[in-house]
Formats: sequence, C-alpha cells, structure tokens
Amino acid sequence: MPVAYTPGLRVTADATFRALRRLPMRGEVLVRVGDAVSAETVVARAERPGNLHTVRVAQMIQVEPQELPAHMAVGVGAVVQEADVLARTQGMWGLFKSEAKSPVSGTVEEINAASGHVRIREAPRRIETVAHIAGRVTEVIAGEGAVIEARAALVQGIFGVGGERRGRLKLATSSPTDRLSADTIGDCSGCVLVAGAGASGEAIRRAAAAGATGLVVGAVSDEALREYVGYDIGVAITGQENVPLALILTEGFGELPMAQRTWDLLASLEGQLAAINGATQIRAGVIRPEIIVTHKQTTGAGESEPEQSLVIGVRVRIIREPHFGALGRVVELPPELIEIETESHVRIAVVELDGGERVRAPRANLELIQG
Amino acid sequence: MPDASRIVATDCGSTTTKAILIERVKGSYRLRGRGEAPTTVEGPFDDVTVGVLNAVGELEEVTGEQFLRDGRVGTPRQGDAGADLYLSTSSAGGGLQMLVTGVVKTMTAESAQRAALGAGAIVIDVIEVDDGREDHERVAAIRSIRPDMILMAGGTEGGAVQQLLDITEVLVAADPRPRLTKGFRLPVIYAGNSAAIDGVRQVLGDHFDLIAVDNLRPTLEREHLGPAREEIHRLFLEHVMAQAPGYDKLLTWTSAPVMSTPRAVGEMVQLAAREEGADVLAVDIGGATTDIFSVFGDQFNRTVSANLGMSYSVSNVMAEAGVTNIRRWLPLPIADRELRNRLRNKMIRPTTIPQSREDLLLEQAVAREALRLALAHHGALASGLKGVQQARTMADVFTQTAGGAGLMDLMSLGLIIGSGGILSHAPRRAQAALMMIDAFQPEGITRLAVDSIFMMPQLGVLASVLPEAAMEVFRRDCLIPLGTVIAPVGKAKEGETVMAWQIGEQSGEVKAGQLLLLRLGAEEVEAVFEPRRGHDVGEGRGKRWQGQVSGGAVGVILDGRGRPLELPSDDDLRMAKLDEWVRAIGAMPGGER
Repeated sequence: MPVAYTPGLRVTADATFRALRRLPMRGEVLVRVGDAVSAETVVARAERPGNLHTVRVAQMIQVEPQELPAHMAVGVGAVVQEADVLARTQGMWGLFKSEAKSPVSGTVEEINAASGHVRIREAPRRIETVAHIAGRVTEVIAGEGAVIEARAALVQGIFGVGGERRGRLKLATSSPTDRLSADTIGDCSGCVLVAGAGASGEAIRRAAAAGATGLVVGAVSDEALREYVGYDIGVAITGQENVPLALILTEGFGELPMAQRTWDLLASLEGQLAAINGATQIRAGVIRPEIIVTHKQTTGAGESEPEQSLVIGVRVRIIREPHFGALGRVVELPPELIEIETESHVRIAVVELDGGERVRAPRANLELIQG
Repeated sequence: MPDASRIVATDCGSTTTKAILIERVKGSYRLRGRGEAPTTVEGPFDDVTVGVLNAVGELEEVTGEQFLRDGRVGTPRQGDAGADLYLSTSSAGGGLQMLVTGVVKTMTAESAQRAALGAGAIVIDVIEVDDGREDHERVAAIRSIRPDMILMAGGTEGGAVQQLLDITEVLVAADPRPRLTKGFRLPVIYAGNSAAIDGVRQVLGDHFDLIAVDNLRPTLEREHLGPAREEIHRLFLEHVMAQAPGYDKLLTWTSAPVMSTPRAVGEMVQLAAREEGADVLAVDIGGATTDIFSVFGDQFNRTVSANLGMSYSVSNVMAEAGVTNIRRWLPLPIADRELRNRLRNKMIRPTTIPQSREDLLLEQAVAREALRLALAHHGALASGLKGVQQARTMADVFTQTAGGAGLMDLMSLGLIIGSGGILSHAPRRAQAALMMIDAFQPEGITRLAVDSIFMMPQLGVLASVLPEAAMEVFRRDCLIPLGTVIAPVGKAKEGETVMAWQIGEQSGEVKAGQLLLLRLGAEEVEAVFEPRRGHDVGEGRGKRWQGQVSGGAVGVILDGRGRPLELPSDDDLRMAKLDEWVRAIGAMPGGER
C-alpha cells in the first residue's frame, strides 16, 4: 500500500551527527583529522586586517605637507591609542600650539610628506569558527574549516528562529503539558530552557533577559512569534533574526503539549550541553531546527530506523482541526474513499485517541509518532 | 508519432504528486485513472521519486494494473506490466528566494530589489557596499540563506567598477551551495555597469552561471527593470522550479525531458484558446506558487508568482494580503489569532487537508487572496496586455484592493480556466466558480471551467510527444464547464435593478448586491441581457446584449454585486451577505446544493 502521511521529525537518543564548520573567509585550520574537540574548540581562525584610517595631520596642525615629518610625535610602526598625540607644533613664544590626536587605536603605517596624511591601521580582528558540537574531526577543508562527527541525541523541531546557540538544558516547566509562565523564570543564564505546551511573548522576553540562550517549547502563538521577532514572517526561511535567544517549536503554533517522547528525551538530558540552531527553511531541500546533545560514548543502541508505514496499531498525532494536536493509535484503515465534513472524499484512518474516543481523520492529517 | 497505447504521467507539485493513466481504447485516448500522494522533498525521504512511486502505486490500486517494475515506473511495457511512455512535469522546487547585491543602498540596490520583487521573488538579503556589514559577515549571511538565484546590480553606465568586483569576491568567498541538485550552478543575473562585466565574469569563474542583461539603473535618474525582471522569471521557470531532491533520478525514468509545470500548463492553455476562439485567462494555484496564463488576441503571457500558494507559501499570502483581506471572505466569525495560527500550521505541515467546514472556508478565503494577488502580478509583469498600466510598481499593485480590474480588459475575456488542488478538488464545483469570480471579478459575459482532476500539467508534457493524444483527453476528460457568469459593470444602490435578463424561457431582474444561479446544462441557449443605464455587459453602458450562453456543472450565475466588488464594512452585514451569496449558488459545505 502506498504511504500517504506527513513524515515525522527525528527524535532520537543516538544518531551519528556531522557538522560542517567553515570560516566565512580563508584562514588557518587549527585541528587535524582525528582530533577530539569540545563544542567551544576553535577549529579555524582567520585574521582580518584592521581598517585603515587616513588622518589629515598636516592640515590639522596647519603645516605644509613636507613639514609634517618634523612635527610627528610618533614614527612609522608606532602603536598608538585613541587620543594619543600624533604630531604637534611648538607655536610662537609658547602660544598658538596645535596638536593632532589619533581618532583610533592602531599602528602608524605611513607618514606621507606629499599629502600630509598619516595612515593608521587598527589592530587585526580575529574571526573564529568553533566546533559547535563535541566530537571528533573527520575531515579538514584546507583554509576553510572542518567536519566534526559525533554520536548525539538529536531532536528536530518543526519551526524556529535565531541561529546557533549553546547552553545547558534546563526544564522550565514540570510537564510537557504546562505553559511557561514569565513569573516562574528564575536564573537561567547560559541555559537552553525546555518548556511544555506554550510560552507567551512576555515569557520569551523574560527568558532572554535572564540570559537563556535558547527556548525549546511545544508551541507558541503566531502573535507571540511576531512580538518576539518584531515582524510578520512570510516565507519560512529563518535563522538570521536579530533575537537574543533561539526559539524552537517542536509541535506548531497555538498551544500544543510537547510530544511525550521529545519531552522524555530532553528531560533525560537535563544539565548537559546542547548545541541548538533555530534556522528553518520550509521548502524543497527543507531545513528544520535542531537540538543536539553529544554523547561522550556511544550508547550502543544505534539509530533506530524511523517508522515509515501507516499501519494499524501505530501511534499518531492528528495535525489538523478539529482534533489538532490529539494523540492516539490507528485502529482502522478503510481502503475506500470516505466523505468527510467538507464533503471531500478522502482516504481516512480511524484513530482511538488517548482518552478513548474514536475519531476519523484524513490520512494526510496524521503524523507518525515514533516510539 | 511513437506507438503508445498506455501512458503514465506524473506532476510533482511542491505539495502533492499526481499520477494519471491515459490509454488508447478503440483508437481514442482517454483518461483511465488517477492517483496521488504527498510530494517527498522532506526527510526522511528527501527524494521526489518516492512520492512518484507512491502516487503511481495508488494509480495501480485504482486501475488494477501494474506500472512499477524494479523500483521505478517500468518502460517500455512488458506484457501487461509497465507503460509505453512515462512522462512527468515538476514544480516541486517551490518558491523563489533571491539574494540581491548592489553598490549603494538607496540607489542600485533598491532598484535591484524592485526588479526581483517584480518578478515574484522573495528577497532574503540585500548586500550593498554601504550596508554596514563586514565581508565575513556578508559571507556568513549568504551561506546561511541558500538563495535560488542572485541578482547583481550596481554602478551606472560609466560608473563604479571596483566596488562591483569587491562584491563579486564576496560571492565567490561565500560559495553558496545550491539547496537542491548537486552540480547545479547557481545563476547570477548581472544587471550592473556593463563596463564591469568582464571583470565580474573573471572573478566568478565557473562556479556560477552568469547571465548578463541590461543595466537596471543605467543613469541615476533612469530605472530599466524589464530585462532583469524577465530574466529572473525565465530562469526560475526553466531551471529552478522543477528542481527537487531526487530530480536527477526522475530524469532517468522519463521517456521525455521533465517539463516545468507552468510551461506544460501554458501549452494546454494556448491550445484551449485556439479551440475556443476566445480570450482566455487560466490559473494553476499550487502549494508554493500560483501561475497565471492569459491569451488576449494573439498575445500569450505566462507569469509565475513564486511565493503565492496554498501550503508552503500560505503564510506569505497572509503577509502580503493581510489578515483582514483574508477574513473578509469568511461567512463565519474567526478570531485573527486563531486564523493566524491555523495558517502558520498549514505552512509548517503543508500536506495536510481541511477536515472541518470552517477550515475549508478558510482555505478558500486564502485562495481568493492568492488569486487576486497573482492576477495583479500578472497584469504588472505580462507584456502587451490591453490596458496594462505599465508604470505601476509592485507596491501599487499589491496595495490595490480590487481584483485584476484595470490591469487588463476583463470585459473581452471569454473563458476562465481554473486548475490546482484548491480549485480542481473543491468539494463542490460551485465553490471553485465562486472563488474565481470573487478573485478575478470578470466583467460582462465570461465562461468558467475547471481542470477536472488537475491534469493539465500532464497533458501539457504529453502534447510535446503526442499532441493528438493530449488534445483528445483534454477535450473529453479534462475541462469541466462550470457555466457562465454575467456581471454587469457599474455601481448602484443595494436593491436597485441593474439588469433585466432572459435565458431560454426564463426571465427576471438582477438587483444590486444580488447573486443568482440558474441551473443550466452545458448546452447553449438564447439569452438577452438588458443592463440599466450606467451598467455594461459588453456592448456599452445601458446597451442590450443578445446571444447564446451555456451552463455547466454549476449553471448561469447572474452577478449583480458590481465591479469592483465591494463588501460591507460592518462585520455582521458582511458575513450575512457572504452567507447569502455562497448559499445562492449552492457553494456552502453542508448546505443545499
């Protein structure tokens, strides 16, 4: 029978994960194949030459350009701080002295007697790429970066905003069905908070203000999302938002309990360092947000193959009204087309919800729940 | 003509993959069955051919035949198994997201952005020399967004060169990876200072597919967006849209090259216009994109609104149209918050379908807005249309609240064809008719039809191999006539008579604000329409029209709501009116037919 359902997202305690880490400009790779790295290990570094500033010194001290070298207080190669004197004139009888001060900190690179300009280069800036996940280097890309491989627990969210962040996982609600309330957010500096069924815009802001680096939650309303990012997201291509914490939704929009399996896995990892990324692209070649917690050692369990068939007995979640978010088990799969409330004729499944009620849902509106 | 009596054809949409079986029986080609399955461009599959196998598998179940062999669609046929021909179209690549580069933020970069928006793209970042970012920050940004295409502008003619080369170096350093097919070279449309093109080409090397067009800002005072806009559109249509994970594999299965869906539908629309001898407007509304086709006189135009659609792009319809504009089409109350959450959930789970009456009405409200915006886009982008206001900007186009009126001569339009899931699979044909009438607001006398089961794409690609077979199936099995809409153009107070009518033996009057349905089959009958002073049905204000009209699956719809259609501003009145109209033509789910 053909498969006809929405594929679920990966929620696994043990998977092999590879992270490509690249510098945004050519530089030096600091690790070698086989090296063990921590999440904070710098795998590649580049130095960007400092900005060059031209200071019209002769003009500032009112001398001819060719007279400038005689008035310079510092020479080529000198390191100067912002507001240090670059050149001065003695004036006449101690009066009419003038000075030219450096507008920036840097190194004097040139004193030009033809133009009367002095060029000061700011200190080079270091650009570094860190490993993001703890693991082992499996490939080095010369001058650019490396590939890090690790065994890790992996949770894919359904939608997120904000780019890469790291922090220790901390449960912020007591169950997957609880909402995160702004007034219960305590000290969470450097943490990735895990909350249950929802979070208000105020709770998200409060978590960010308290220093949380991320928030993983079952759902938020579209209103809270707009309030948080400051605009209406049209096409689902995210990750570049200027937001303090990365927000990852595991279930969707509105108020939806986090799936028990996702909650249980994240709860079992509480206190461990998580590497997260809210970047999402919902289009062909999809990218979903991720929460990765690497293992020091493989669990030996290996990655289980995700369940891919809609068969009687599998656990499902209904992902469309009127039973949006309800969990249950498939008990019937009638082969014939059946008329639903919209008067469409579709293939349906009969699902026994966790409360015991039996409902019909189009097969296209079911999501398989692994485990 | 190849000897083919059994043809399997698929259309891989961004959301759903549709398979059809066409067979030659007693010398005639006919549609024999249809199957569909969700398109599989997401994990765990990441391979469009999985959706193809599922859709063809369903076709096997429906027809009792066997087409799959060795894990693919089997060609050529061996005995009773497999097919003589396997063809496919694709729009699985979804929407168009672009990176734009320019030199000065307020000058060339803004012009470039306008060109990209005008082509229907979403601009996901704009890189300018004066954008306040450092090169490494620009590189990091480019890498994270995975653009489908890059538009480079900058420098007036005789102006900046070095800064263009600097930006080119940033692109090369970023080395953006294509989001889909490996080995696909990212297109860069160069529309900057022509003096820099050789240098840009040299710096880009062979990592990118460079296409040069006219400078879009040749002087500070002059903007010349047409060539860049047209090239963006062409490239998207020809190269980006059909791409998807597994596309290379699909190419090895098909008996002819995979055709982009809008190209295939465009072929059929042109054939339909020739058959009907009328001006035709056709729409194919999908999950990520909405394509509009028009034939006015000899002029054929095709536009793809790359980010207007019913699933992947549904949130973008909400962002572009606004929640108020979507809600105005709902005959029942729904809180904005609830509406927004539902549409967001559709975006993140694009393959779901409405199960409740309320959800169906909401999707059909979104469709009206997507169609309205796509028609406005078509009017702005298409060339040679009668009455097109060429000077309009996209901002003007998208802020207008009326339908396409004013952008083209809707009065001369003879036929509107609707295709795409929301129209072809509307539970009632009257719902498809009303969505098209509300969104396009046809004027005068216009016939309506839908693609019966959403098969125009497959017939379009079939026409490239077996044109007669495609036309036979098109005539017999594809187009379903819905009927004719008669819409007098003019304004009147609610309840005033706007037109007297006689259709066959029946006669009456249409009042302002009224929608009437006359059940009539596809046969033609004599009709006379006498618009009141100030109203026009095609012969001029107040002038009588006499001729033949036909019905169809819905009938003849007499639309006295005026053009442009204005809805009551009071919410309760508006909902009552919508309810009245929807029920008047039997389009209310659960209501009388």
